Order: sequence, then C-alpha cells, then structure tokens
Amino acid sequence: MTATIPRLTPAPPPGTFLGMPAFPRAAKEALENQQLRKNLRHVTQTIRAKRSTRAEEVENWEDLRTAGEQIKNRVGRHLDQYLLQAEKAMTEAGITVHWARDADEANRIIVEIARAKDTREIVKIKSMVTQEIDLNEALEEAGIAAWETDLAELIVQLGHDRPSHILVPAIHRNRSEVREIFREEMGLWGVPAPEDLSDDPPDLAGAARAHLREKFLRAKVAVSGGNFIVAETGSLVIVESEGNGRMCLTLPQTLISVVGIEKLVPTFEDLEVFLRLLPRSSTAERMNPYTSIWTGVTPGDGPQDLHVVLLDNGRTKVLADPVGREALRCIRCSACMNVCPVYERVGGHAYGSVYPGPIGAILTPMLRGLDSDVDKSLPFASTLCGACNDVCPVKIPISDILVHLRNKVVEKKTAKHPTVESTIFGGVGWVMAKGWHLALVEQFAGLAGKAMKKQSYIGPIPLPVAIAWTRSRDIPVPPEQSFRKWWAAREEEGK
Amino acid sequence: MAPGTGKRVALFATCINDTMFPSTPKAVVAVLERLGCSVEFPTDQTCCGQMLTNTGYFKQALPTVKTYVKAFEQYDYIVGPSGSCVGAVRHQHPMLARHAGDEGLAKASEDVITRTYDFTEFLVDVLGVTDVGAYFPHRVTYHPTCHSVRVAKVGDRPMRLLEAVRGIDLRPLPYSDQCCGFGGTFSVKNPDVSVAMGADKAHHVMETGAEYLVTGDNACLMHIGGLLHRMNAGIRTIHLAEILAHTDAEVPA
Repeated sequence: MTATIPRLTPAPPPGTFLGMPAFPRAAKEALENQQLRKNLRHVTQTIRAKRSTRAEEVENWEDLRTAGEQIKNRVGRHLDQYLLQAEKAMTEAGITVHWARDADEANRIIVEIARAKDTREIVKIKSMVTQEIDLNEALEEAGIAAWETDLAELIVQLGHDRPSHILVPAIHRNRSEVREIFREEMGLWGVPAPEDLSDDPPDLAGAARAHLREKFLRAKVAVSGGNFIVAETGSLVIVESEGNGRMCLTLPQTLISVVGIEKLVPTFEDLEVFLRLLPRSSTAERMNPYTSIWTGVTPGDGPQDLHVVLLDNGRTKVLADPVGREALRCIRCSACMNVCPVYERVGGHAYGSVYPGPIGAILTPMLRGLDSDVDKSLPFASTLCGACNDVCPVKIPISDILVHLRNKVVEKKTAKHPTVESTIFGGVGWVMAKGWHLALVEQFAGLAGKAMKKQSYIGPIPLPVAIAWTRSRDIPVPPEQSFRKWWAAREEEGK
Repeated sequence: MAPGTGKRVALFATCINDTMFPSTPKAVVAVLERLGCSVEFPTDQTCCGQMLTNTGYFKQALPTVKTYVKAFEQYDYIVGPSGSCVGAVRHQHPMLARHAGDEGLAKASEDVITRTYDFTEFLVDVLGVTDVGAYFPHRVTYHPTCHSVRVAKVGDRPMRLLEAVRGIDLRPLPYSDQCCGFGGTFSVKNPDVSVAMGADKAHHVMETGAEYLVTGDNACLMHIGGLLHRMNAGIRTIHLAEILAHTDAEVPA
C-alpha cells in the first residue's frame, strides 16, 4: 500500500500540456462540450464588439499600433543593451535581479528565495509566465503552497483545472459550477464558503474575498509576473482589474516578480503607448482599473525585499528567427483569441498550451520547439482568416508566422524521409508547375465528371482524406469540360 | 465607348475555377468582353500555389511563382475571380521566391503583382464601373470571404457591384465578418472545427431567406455549399462574376 502524500494546494488535472492529444483530436472533444460552446460564444462575441468600439473611438489608433510595434521592435533589436540597462536601474533601486535561462532555473531561484524567508506559502498575482514555467507545482514539490488570488485563477485552482484563456481563465465555467467548486473546495484549503452560497456573482465574489483575505493578510511572500519593465528607470508595471494584485504587491514583505526578457520598454514615455493599447485591446476598457508601478524599495512602505527573475525560456531562440521574432512583441492582451473563430469554438484547453488561441499557436511551438505532436499541430490550428492580425495592438502578422511555422513543421517531418502527405503535395506541386500538367489532370477530372453526370453533388466517400471532407459536406461533381478546354474550343471556332 | 475598349486583359482563371467551376471564368470573360476588353487566357498558367504554401510546402509551391511570372509578365492587366488566389499571389509570391534565395524571381514577381487585380478591383478601379448591365431578379446574400477582405483588401467593391445589379434583392448576412471555416487544407486537417464553423455560417445564410449565397471565392463556396447541399437547405451558391454576367437577355422563361 502506498500512502498518498497530502497536497498543500488543490492538485491540477493529471498529465501535462505536452501529454495532451494534438489539436485536431482535442478540438473534436471540445466541440462536443455544449456549455463550453455557449460560454465561449457569449463571452467572445461580447468582448469582440466592445474592443472594436474602444479601438474605433481612438482617433489615432492605427498610429498607436504602429508605435507599439516599433517600440517593441527596438527592444528586440537592442535587447542585450536594454536588459543590462534595466538590470542596472533595478539594482540601483534596491531590487535583486536574477537571470533564468529556463523554467527549472527560474523555479529554483524562486524556491530558494521563499525557503530563505522560511515560508510555507506564497500568494500569487495572475501571471502567464509563472504558468509557463509551472511554478505552482515546483513550489508544491518544495513544500510551499502557492495560492492564486485572481478570482478566475482561484476558480481554476480550486477546481483542479487548467486555465483556458489568458485573460479570463475560467471562461469555460458557468456560475453554478463555480458555486459547487467553492462549496466543495474552499473549506479544504482555507476559509470555507458560506453554507447557503448562491450562484449570484456578488455572492460568489464575496466568498472569494473572504477566502482570499485570510491568505493576503498571512502571506509573507508574493509572486507576480510583470506586464512591463521600464529599462531606463528599472520600474515594474502590473496591470490588473481586481485589486488582488495591489494586495500582493503591498502586503507581503517579500515580492518576487518573474518577467520574460521581452517585456522591456526603453523609456517611461514609451509606457504611455502600451497603457493605452493594452486595456482597450484586452478588457475593452478605456483605462485600466489597477495599474501598479514600483521602482525599487521604499523604506517603510510595501515589500522591503524585492526580487526580479528575468526569464529567457526559449525567447532568445524566438528572437533569432527573423520571421517568428515578431511574436515577441505580444503584450498578452488576448484580443487575438477573442476574435478567433477557431478559439471561439474549441476554447483554450484544446491547444494543449499555456498560451492558447492564435498567439499560442505561434508562440508556444516557438518557445517549446517543434518536437511534440501538440506543437507540430498548433501552426495548423487556424483557417488563416486573418482576423487576429487586424486586432493585434502591436501588429503581429500572426497568419504569416503560422505559415512560416507550417513550413518548419513540414521540413522537420520530411527531413529524413518523405511522408504520405509530402508525397501527395509533391504530386500537387508537379500538377501546378506547368499548364499542361494541370490540363492533363483536368482530363481525368472531366472523365470522372462524365461518369457521374447524372448527379451534381457527391456524398460521403469512404477513402482517407476524402472522408474528412465528405463526412459532413457534399462535393460538386467535376464538370466534363474544364475552362481551359472550353477556351481552346472557343479559340478554335474563332479561327 | 465601352469602358474596357482597348484594354488587353489576361485572365487568371485559378486552378479551382479552371477544373471545378469553369462557369465562373466564363462569366468573367462575358463581363469583360461586354465592357469592351479584349480577353486572353495564357495557357501556361496554373495556380496561385497557396494550397501548397499554406500547408507548409514552400519548395513545392515555388514553380507556381515561376509559372505565374512567365504566363503573365507581358500583360498590363491580370484579372482573377478570387480574392484569395489574387491575395496569395500578391502577398506570398515574393516571399516564396526569397525563401528559395531567388532574388531575381522575387523582383519579377513584385513587378507582375502590381498588375494583378481581383475581378472586382479591375471593374471598379481600372474600368471605373459599378453598373455592368447585370440583371438578377433573386434574393441574394453576400459573404465577404476572409482573404478577399483581409489579404486582397477588396473592401466594399463587391457590394457596390451587387447593389448596381437590376432586380436583385440583397439580404444582409449576420456575422458576415466571421470565417466560414474552409481554410484550405484546414478543412481536412481539422474537419470537425471546419464543419462547426461552416454550420454556423450556413445557419446565418439560411436566416436571411436568400435563394443564393454569393462570394468572390469558389473555394469558400464549395465548403459552405457542400454543407448547405448536405442539409438540403435549398440555397444555391454562386460566384459574384456569374451574377454580374447575367443579363435580362438570359433570363429563362
């Protein structure tokens, strides 16, 4: 008999993102989840319309986007200098700066700091980067409980679940599910939910507030991400909308901020561009509710021990790709996933990635590499409709990067020997190389058309590939005469 | 004098229209000749290559770039009835050439793409017409295909052309800016998501009460039409060029 080791925090679902099925299969399962479809349709359509209003009302929105693009491009071009400048400024302001090559290094640094503080728990501000490095589980293994304090992240954590959206991580849950999660789980990990908890949002928020308050007041260490670091001043910026961030940033004695190396902006003035672009693009607000900016330690006010962990974790590799590097401009607003028709139907979990939606489909395979089936499938998880390109506040050409990565996937898959698909596309390439090749194929299509001329459409065809189309869609019978043939006959007549 | 008089136009039929939907390029020929253009069909032409490019087969797509340049470089006007194919030629061909390290081909492609037009662009911008003398007495709804809007950027040209058609009853399509889910090889690599998106599109089309769904791209129409046909929805799909080619002389009794 094996004794189960009691956990300090609710266990996430078993397995890792990388162990998930590739996108087409995961998407098929998600499509069958009616609640998910309903929630996603409602939320994405609402936020999509709001974002559009908030962007359109800014007269120089396109100029702002261009400015955002150019500032971030400058950061990428001179990243080495800006990083050193930021390190110097932060150090001078009293922040201890750490450098982490990858997730393991970052987690080790954070665990060491927490251990040195002799703490058994930390409170967390919602942060994508700490999910990227799977910090909560690293802390759990080290005997330290990590508590999510963002309302939706709390729902996800208490629900033994994974986030499915970078901004509204519990988008896949409805309020009666949330009530059940709170009733069943809160008491196991802290202040329980009231017995008579209803599924009214104010009641749910009240239960979360009471549950979290105890943890805010007790915690000695907080962990945050960072939306921006201003290189010239060494200031850190956190943009949030619940106030839980403020609690984490001010109450504990020690604050550890994990920040991707691409999150720099050169000057304080540059920040203005992003503080206008980000809220309008993400929550569709004119101004962000809680914007916290701190520059080092202020004696007697807020945390007295500040740490910043600058994380690479694949970013340098992305920067080295002249096409893919444009993805590093991302400010994690989520506008691309809110507008994405694929995301709207399958939700975040199907992407098998911390970053879902269009940005996840490009960023994740670049950060992790194109080794797993999940990562090889992500660049194909898009119709290339291009809606994401148009809403991106920093003008990331997502479709172009998707196509670029598809090429990388094909090159990787066919490096040693051809695949069935590459053989087919080799054939397509031959057909499309010369006009007479295409004419030859059209002869066969015409014969097929002649054989089936009594019907106009073909139903299910039980053959590989063909069935993928015809299981749900009919296909027209090819015409007996191609355009090319018709043209030749017409020319002939004219002579 | 007809607006197209003296204009020599090369028709880029596109591979899907050439093979599967010849009535569309025939309609383009009819409209252009009606407007006075002299139309030619360079038989060396094949395809924009995006089926290959967008599936990641850059090397296999390269010959389509060469073929396109060779077939069309001598023409001042190259006109194709597909926002998607024209968009792919203009947006991807120079990239493909550069990816292969062929700067000469990239330059040649950059030159030829400046003379490449979607059918609606050529009518509205070059010939300066929106009323092409068409008559189509039917209830019609128009879906602006993603690549025509976001890559070729044809804007409101198709709508302006449709609004000028006599007898037409144009019905606005709800959520028209949403992708239909075709997405080229996405339709078979991710068939479930593709069909989920297409089903929503088909339902929106049905809500309009239209008899015809029209777009400027037959590939998207093949997907939505395939769903509508499977559902026996009683709605036909038609390419924009075929509506514009219709005149009262052709109305069946």
